[in-house]
Amino acid sequence: MAAYMITPTLQRVLLSAKHVSFQSRYCVVAGRARYSVVYDASEKTFDKILIANRGEIACRVMKTCRKMGIKTVAVHSDVDANAVHVKMADEAVCVGPAPTNRSYLNMDAIMDAIRITGAQAVHPGYGFLSENKEFAKRLAAEDVVFVGPDTHAIHAMGDKIESKLLAKAAKVNVIPGFDGVVENVEDAVKIAGQIGYPVMIKASAGGGGKGMRIAWNDDETREGFRLSSQEAASSFGDDRLLIEKFVDNPRHIEIQVLADKHGNALWLNERECSIQRRNQKVVEEAPSTFLDPDTRRAMGEQAVQLAKAVKYSSAGTVEFLVDSKKNFYFLEMNTRLQVEHPITECITGLDLVQQMIRIAKGFPLVHRQEDIPINGWAIESRVYAEDPYKSFGLPSIGRLSQYQEPISLPNVRVDSGIQEGSDISIYYDPMISKLVTYGATRAEALQKMEDALDHYVIRGVTHNIPLLREIITNPRFISGDITTNFLPEEYPEGFTGHRLTPEGRRELLATAAALYISAQLRSQRFMGNLRVSTTSQEQSQWELQVELEKKSHLVSLSRSGSSFTVEVDGGSVEVSGEWNLASALLPLSINGNPRVLQCLSRDATGQITLQYLGTQFKLRVLSRLAAKLTGHMPEKVPEDTSSILRSPMPGSVVAVSVKPGDMVAEGQEICVIEAMKMQNSLIAARAAKVKSVHCKAGETVGEGDLLVELE
Amino acid sequence: MAAFAAARSSRGVLSAIKASFNTFANVKHGLAVAPIAQSHLLQHARWYSVSHLSVHERIDRKRNAALVGGGQKRIDAQHKRGKLTARERVELLLDPDSFVEYDMFVEHRCSDFGMEEDHNKFPGDSVVTGQGRINGRLVYVFSQDFTVFGGSLSGAHAQKICKIMDQAMMVGAPVIGLNDSGGARIQEGVESLAGYADIFLRNVLASGVVPQISLIMGPCAGGAVYSPALTDFTFMVKDTSYLFITGPDVVKSVTNEDVTQEELGGAKTHTAVSGVAHRAFENDIDALLNLRDFFNFLPLSNRDPAPVTECQDPSDRLVPGLDTVVPFETTKAYDMLDIIQGVVDEREFFEIMPNYAKNIVVGFARMNGRTVGIVGNQPKVEDDDESPVCAGCLDINSSVKGARFVRFCDAFNIPIITFVDVPGFLPGTSQEYGGIIRHGAKLLFAFAEATVPKITIITRKAYGGAYDVMSSKHLRGDVNYAWPSAEVAVMGAKGAVQIIFRGKTNQAEQEAEYVEKFANPFPAAVRGFVDDIIVPSTTRKRICRDLEVLASKKQTNPWKKHANIPL
Repeated sequence: MAAYMITPTLQRVLLSAKHVSFQSRYCVVAGRARYSVVYDASEKTFDKILIANRGEIACRVMKTCRKMGIKTVAVHSDVDANAVHVKMADEAVCVGPAPTNRSYLNMDAIMDAIRITGAQAVHPGYGFLSENKEFAKRLAAEDVVFVGPDTHAIHAMGDKIESKLLAKAAKVNVIPGFDGVVENVEDAVKIAGQIGYPVMIKASAGGGGKGMRIAWNDDETREGFRLSSQEAASSFGDDRLLIEKFVDNPRHIEIQVLADKHGNALWLNERECSIQRRNQKVVEEAPSTFLDPDTRRAMGEQAVQLAKAVKYSSAGTVEFLVDSKKNFYFLEMNTRLQVEHPITECITGLDLVQQMIRIAKGFPLVHRQEDIPINGWAIESRVYAEDPYKSFGLPSIGRLSQYQEPISLPNVRVDSGIQEGSDISIYYDPMISKLVTYGATRAEALQKMEDALDHYVIRGVTHNIPLLREIITNPRFISGDITTNFLPEEYPEGFTGHRLTPEGRRELLATAAALYISAQLRSQRFMGNLRVSTTSQEQSQWELQVELEKKSHLVSLSRSGSSFTVEVDGGSVEVSGEWNLASALLPLSINGNPRVLQCLSRDATGQITLQYLGTQFKLRVLSRLAAKLTGHMPEKVPEDTSSILRSPMPGSVVAVSVKPGDMVAEGQEICVIEAMKMQNSLIAARAAKVKSVHCKAGETVGEGDLLVELE
Repeated sequence: MAAFAAARSSRGVLSAIKASFNTFANVKHGLAVAPIAQSHLLQHARWYSVSHLSVHERIDRKRNAALVGGGQKRIDAQHKRGKLTARERVELLLDPDSFVEYDMFVEHRCSDFGMEEDHNKFPGDSVVTGQGRINGRLVYVFSQDFTVFGGSLSGAHAQKICKIMDQAMMVGAPVIGLNDSGGARIQEGVESLAGYADIFLRNVLASGVVPQISLIMGPCAGGAVYSPALTDFTFMVKDTSYLFITGPDVVKSVTNEDVTQEELGGAKTHTAVSGVAHRAFENDIDALLNLRDFFNFLPLSNRDPAPVTECQDPSDRLVPGLDTVVPFETTKAYDMLDIIQGVVDEREFFEIMPNYAKNIVVGFARMNGRTVGIVGNQPKVEDDDESPVCAGCLDINSSVKGARFVRFCDAFNIPIITFVDVPGFLPGTSQEYGGIIRHGAKLLFAFAEATVPKITIITRKAYGGAYDVMSSKHLRGDVNYAWPSAEVAVMGAKGAVQIIFRGKTNQAEQEAEYVEKFANPFPAAVRGFVDDIIVPSTTRKRICRDLEVLASKKQTNPWKKHANIPL
């Protein structure tokens, strides 16, 4: 049984005629990909497992538990009482108020929950208590099984320095470097030669990039040594230098390992996780475009060596940094189930949660290394409630007023722990879901991801689908030429949304105009017998003006049935569709090509917000008359934003650094807002006197709340 | 009164007239002064030369003159103020080419102060009237023309308005007034006042017969304000419209208050503070387009059922979000708009008075295409408002706001859906001194006398007398539902226990007992005061089904001349 393969059902094939050709191709793939993960009924594991987590991962674990016939216990904070993971579980115990340190991290309460419910094992998910050795110890003390590695492995891998030493001892590549002080230029060249180019020469007392040089050959090493020691001397008064391997164009590639308590260990191939922002992964894929079979095997074998060296059991992840020459270096090992584990499940056909539970019970691995396939390609997009236009994602909160996952599409898996009506609060991770698509090839998986993102309906919170869709359609990403600096390299000025091509602009304008007319026509259709007859306007030609990105476009439409021919910007666009104005999705055919847009808002004054290629565009459709008269309307003066400071995100005020009457300089810190474990310093846009302060430390503020006014 | 003096002295003093016109732009008095205009039309045409023209030519000439109102210069001035002309407004409001104009040739009949001279006569005078269509449906409309004597109201002007109102009553079609007038035409004196009264009378007689809507798009001051006040809905345009009895100058001289026009009678004041206006829009275009949208909710008259438009939103749609919308803690707020938008067609809700008495939400929406009126207590109160204690409470303003809305719906056959989460009436001296008893009774009265289909959903609290008021079964609610989170009781557990067990020590225990017994929907359900306890996500489905059944509801109140609502 392919527990976490997305298995297309016959029904789906029948329903979505247009996917038939794809389906049939997929069926072959699925046939190959189907791996023999059979639940052995005689293999008795546990009767009841408590899941010490929330959100999508709690739901994910429960799904497998259900399949294995294991009863589940959810723990939750009081605000999560209505959460999906609570509803899904057979039993639920409230473990405290909203803040995580008083609920999901509250070991006493969770231990109580275990005792009350009689759970035999605990699955910690990721985050929270998953890598907490104290928790694992307390469980062991009460004879409750921790679904994860033993305490000593958690401990050994939890310490960055110790884990590196252990890795080195296990003959795992670590970033080579010379720990001692470099004596002179020739010494530097010698050491560099030993390490292998490129190398980084940096000040021993350094920091902030000062006294740092990258050298690709001996000459550069000589010059680098000279310059760096000078800089170090002048900056830090200490000219001692270190040399270590410079990892150019680094990629973050990790190996999934699976080990049992009997000394068996497997590597389940890699995951490419280079697309990151602020060291948080955004898009992951398996396998990596970059690895050849030899490198993959080398990395896999080293990962297994490390797992065996620390007597690891359960699922774990060994993270590597890989340079442009396919040299790889150990970073750290995560002793838990990773967020991005589904893509490994997709290409290997294994259910990692099931394996973890089996292993925790003491069963040996049933697979051998040669049983582990790479079938097809899987991509994961992390869908977050955050504003991608603010440093690639600042958290946003709100209530999901409308929410539809694209699960009706074939080969799409969505791991989520929320539903329509759920609240995304400031207390927890703002992740909405993990959207996984699968295909026989990478191109197929990417195409599916585009479709899935277009069909994903999220209303009520700001989300990062615009960014995700831009990443997966970025030519550099498609070519596989990525590094951990991909986002800042591709969007040096920050993310600004999809840039419309002239053709795209025409499509968008035409769609807005056709939608506007469809709505107009519908508003003239009254039902029933009317006492005063209505006059119907038998119009099939319209002249409109559409505003987009501060530019006006003249648009002419003609309609026949549900299809519109739109003349705009010197081109003609054919748009047809059902024009269901009540549906969140707007499936259309534009010039014969299927395209799914979303209408996010539409009002009486012709304002229309459309989601097109992931990005939201604001348009305004007006009749030619209204457009002509708009010129007479007074300009409303926008609020002067340089004299007021509003909170850019919801969060809590950590500190307020000014009081009324203070003078502040441009760039001076005014207050600090903490949101989702991140502290953000807000600064003055110009030098001014503080007029009033509207917040105080400890307060919770919403996005856009007024914090401080300047004079 | 400089303007008036100048106008009276002589029309020949052109500079004085110009000066007076400038001052006129700002309405300073309740009764505005209409300066005598100089028309470029008449520089080449005196009346006796016109007589040599054929009738056809004269018709054309008059029509053309009527189309430009007060002339291009005044039109430009109007535009410069960010306002459209009377005709542009009508054109935008109505379907293309649907306007049928009446009384284009009517001229004022004043013969004093030089008004009788040809160049002071404008075909059509200072108002454009007629009928047309909005999305194909009939409507009567008048649009005051500020370019002609500042839109001031002459006898002829009033007569034109009365004519279309009379016909609207006979035909059974709504009347929309676009107000942009400096006030009475002082040169006409009592004739102008009589004109106002004629309109007022018709407003009153038409009330409850055809919907009447006023859109204030410029000044509306003095006695003139009572026409909008008598109509069903008053909308305003932000920054360019004002409504007041007396302008800032008079206020200053009488009460010594310094106040700007905007503060005294601007859109913000009337939509948030006084409750005179029901909604405000950004500019003329936004206002007119919104008015078109709003018009689609209304039946043409009290003879017509609530309109039903084509609906693409499935009537049996489940709304999963409603199952989690009411928070666990009974003291925690939530947004009633989340419930309303979830339930109605396409999340489309035209809220009436969104910024006034925010503890009650009223407005129009559609259920399976049919217009419904929605009333809901609003537990969510923003920080800048009153204390959270009164969240969802009925107070003076919310009672009056709700009552007027309910009466409109009842008058025009619009079913009423009521969402109840009411902790009671707001206590306190300011409320008692203000007459909450009298005002609260209005809402009670309105719900009780309403004979349209009434569906009530208790989402959480329904405490005390406020429970009775909010379209309860006892006031002839047709279908009354409770969500599982509903608590129908005389008061909250804490207060009740303090009274029942006064002086006893183990109040926490008794509180728990009270909660167990009363803080749930059962006491009301076992008595049949709610018809069913429903899963919140099925609310839309049930309402749509009930409305279908109730569409043929017939209920009459005892014969009376009219009821005596506690005004």
